[in-house]
Amino acid sequence: MMIDPLSVFILLLGAATPILFAALGELVVERAGVLNLGVEGMMITGALAGFAAAHASGSPALGFLAAALAGAAVSMTFAALTQFLLSNQVATGLALTLFGLGLTAMFGKPYEGMKAPAMMPGPLGLNWMIWLGIALVPLVWWFLARTRPGLILRAVGENHDAAHGLGYPVRRMRVLAIGFGGALAGMGGAYISIATVLQWTEGMTAGAGWIALAIVVFAQWNPWGVLAGAWLFGGVTVLQLRLQAAGVAVPVQLLSMAPYLATIFVLVLISARQKFGRSGAGAAPASLGRPFHALK
Amino acid sequence: MKRRTLLGSAAALVASTALPAFAQEEKLKVGFIYVGPVGDGGWTYQHDLARQAVEREYGDRVETTYIESVPEGADAERAITQLALSGHKLIFTTSFGFMDATINVAKKFPDVKFEHATGYKTAENVATYDARFYEGRAVLGTIAGRMTKSNKIGYIGSFPIPEVVQGINSAYIHARKVNPDVEMKVVWAYTWFDPAKEADAAAALIAEGVDVFMQHTDSTAPLAKAQEAGAFGFGQASDMANFAPQPRLASIIDNWEPYYIKRVGEVLDGTWKSQGVWLGIGDGEVVIGEITDAVPAEVKAEAEALRDKIAAGEYHPFTGPLNKQDGSAWLAEGQTASDQELSSMNFYVEGITAPMPK
Repeated sequence: MMIDPLSVFILLLGAATPILFAALGELVVERAGVLNLGVEGMMITGALAGFAAAHASGSPALGFLAAALAGAAVSMTFAALTQFLLSNQVATGLALTLFGLGLTAMFGKPYEGMKAPAMMPGPLGLNWMIWLGIALVPLVWWFLARTRPGLILRAVGENHDAAHGLGYPVRRMRVLAIGFGGALAGMGGAYISIATVLQWTEGMTAGAGWIALAIVVFAQWNPWGVLAGAWLFGGVTVLQLRLQAAGVAVPVQLLSMAPYLATIFVLVLISARQKFGRSGAGAAPASLGRPFHALK
Repeated sequence: MKRRTLLGSAAALVASTALPAFAQEEKLKVGFIYVGPVGDGGWTYQHDLARQAVEREYGDRVETTYIESVPEGADAERAITQLALSGHKLIFTTSFGFMDATINVAKKFPDVKFEHATGYKTAENVATYDARFYEGRAVLGTIAGRMTKSNKIGYIGSFPIPEVVQGINSAYIHARKVNPDVEMKVVWAYTWFDPAKEADAAAALIAEGVDVFMQHTDSTAPLAKAQEAGAFGFGQASDMANFAPQPRLASIIDNWEPYYIKRVGEVLDGTWKSQGVWLGIGDGEVVIGEITDAVPAEVKAEAEALRDKIAAGEYHPFTGPLNKQDGSAWLAEGQTASDQELSSMNFYVEGITAPMPK
């Protein structure tokens, strides 16, 4: 049976958008040398805050704005703990995820069963958030590769002691990056509640934050790679359901596994290339996950 | 989910250890284990309505507790044990996947009575209850077959278990009866409740040209998707009336209230016995919600006539001649399927081209 590739691509764009937002945000955070495993927690916070605001105001745009603010706000607890109190980034990030899931389960009760306002359609029948997500890819790339603040951010991520020695504000750079990551994760989460499901449900991000984290590694900290990774994950999910709907007998379990198999495959390819190929060092920022203290 | 379960159980434990000193008249504590949140607007919501009906009916004589969003699997056993430990004498476990957990806990608490929904394992202190959803599906299938313009109807399945397969077959048989050209597309979501996945499944069906679909998953997400795309769907488990008239054409409602009230009453007066019941439209356990004005009057009348014939016991949705998907004979002319055949149904009927998952 034939499946129209264009319609799969259109569905794919929608399925990829939440993880594209979250992964782009996390990419900037990690390029600044901070590992924030709280993406899932920030996404679910954004999903609830965005839905609540969109429902109250009737405007999805306001919803996404609120989601960005809420995501950034909870990411600031992570920033305060890891950048000022020098707590362990892995443990703090995990705590942020658990905190976000619990908090939203509690405050989300009154919103269950309500409907989201209609999304604003954009060009070519795709909503504006899909376009914004795609537009962010070159913007993030341009910022990191072509601007002075982007260069400083990368310097902070590669060697925070050297950056500090040159007089760059390591901590301020990282706090700003964490806030940006939180805002994008919040918007990604809100896409799920406002555009995909059109309602709020507890735990509705269902692991999207973890996929976003995997995609950053998959992409080797490159924004274009993030776009490819998000489309791959979104594409396999959508294709799996489409094949079923078209009546093709493919074992669903195998299809559901496919994105993860693909990730492992790409990781193996990348490490093989590093081992046998030209590039010696990995693409991971050298100071990733290491706490920074100016007086050390 | 787990955290809330913990909190809930901690509260229940505190209550159960602190209260006996003040115990006035012994209240019957009735516990409920839900697979989704009560706010799902579907399956769990209906069970919770029935729980509230029990409270209204018996007032001070009963006290009810529920634990929601309990995952099927090892965690379920823990949650059921908590209810049993905290003095609940009657426990309703409301999802197929709680079957083994219910049986295991029941062995450890012989003086606690258990009611397991949609399963097939009973014990001295474990009864099962189920609804003949396939009767309602026959009515929805009739409406779907009449309403589709693309001649493609869809079905979002949860897991390929007999209960769901019966529904797909019943819906298809009756859609084909009124529209011989109809095709059935099936997507398995492999979850009872995951709004994002259910929405994606609905989107996949719509992209495949389906314009009327049914669902056997618990959330309202597929209806929200249908609304956006201009397709039609049906309220599932609950009326989902706030999606009427478009996309919700009608609904298949699980009405557990009469059964819950009856069984709690039996525990109160000491006449409760283990049993396995399977009730349908005629018993008021499966209800067809209001058919909206989007459905032409003659189709509505046709669907209601079918509903009434099933309720009166004059018609069985699985009446021969019917063949299996592979073309082999199943039911001869006029023969009806036995309950035993239905409760182990693992094949599609002839005409459905979708492959049955292994």
